Amino acid sequence: MAVKYLIVLFASQLAGEALALATNAPIPGPVIGMAFLFFGLVVRGSDSEGLDSTVRGLLDNLGLLFVPAGVGVMVHLPRLGAEYPAITAALVLGTAITIAVTGLVMAGMMRVLDKGKTP
Amino acid sequence: MTGRINEVWVYLAATPLAGLTLTLIAYQLGLWLHDRTRRSPLVNPVLIAICTLAALLYATDTNYSTYFDGAQFVHFLLGPATVALAVPLYRQFDRVRRSAGALLTALVIGSLTATASAVAIGWVFGASMSTVVSLAPKSVTTPIAMGIAEELGGLPSLTAVLVILTGIIGAVLGTTVLRVVGVRDERATGFALGLASHGIGTARALQISEVAGAFSGLAMGLNGLATAVLLPLLYGLLF
Repeated sequence: MAVKYLIVLFASQLAGEALALATNAPIPGPVIGMAFLFFGLVVRGSDSEGLDSTVRGLLDNLGLLFVPAGVGVMVHLPRLGAEYPAITAALVLGTAITIAVTGLVMAGMMRVLDKGKTP
Repeated sequence: MTGRINEVWVYLAATPLAGLTLTLIAYQLGLWLHDRTRRSPLVNPVLIAICTLAALLYATDTNYSTYFDGAQFVHFLLGPATVALAVPLYRQFDRVRRSAGALLTALVIGSLTATASAVAIGWVFGASMSTVVSLAPKSVTTPIAMGIAEELGGLPSLTAVLVILTGIIGAVLGTTVLRVVGVRDERATGFALGLASHGIGTARALQISEVAGAFSGLAMGLNGLATAVLLPLLYGLLF
């Protein structure tokens, strides 16, 4: 994990955070940073082996990074307990419906697009 | 002897190293169980780690904020990891560009479905107003969702928990739901996982393939953007 690739990631985020603060944008700094790095790669025209392996190290363990915030569930157990039928239904059914609808629309549109391009 | 152990525990629990180490151990336990069940999506490492840690903190009567003093070092890496999603996106950019039309249609319909289904189901089942508002941005990545909840008068910290639970549910059920409705396309699978269940869904999509991971990371970013813009507008029209 070379330091210069960590600098690339942190500097992109820092630039994103700065822009978010300066413009009062509703978008968080890291998401703007992702856009910066993406356009940087487009301009450069290639990515590098070193950046790839640094990024893989982070993304292979993406799930781990959500654990600390998730443990915060214990603070909200009283409310979750009191309203658990509504919250469970909204989370489970809502998420399943969203995945099904999004997947079907995307797959259906892709079929139309792919057909249009390969006569 | 018990007194001595207690003293040691009190000391250790107060250093950030304890929270940090326990987070890594709990996640490693989750990964191990995930591997032992031949990587079944039902055995989600994030869920196992959260349950283990919450039970441990509860049993030892430790404050969440004491734990977070150590765990924040892991939490901090979420920012750079979000930035890092630019790389798979860049590598799959040709594929993404060719599907731009499909992608934008799925984004608008998916984003509205995510919010409308959460709000409608919560309301039908009699959730309180502040819970319904906190549920509205549940599919969006944590920092954006917390900002939206705050703007609309929900509870940001409750929203953070609901967002993570949504992510886990999407990662656990997503591939099964898509199989049931007959979606096999990896691009659509990734896009649906990322839109409905943000980073945790993206972690799951990255396990499927780089293509699914790239579409998932993109969907996460785009849905964050779409919801941040659309939801306050809709809320303003309705109330």
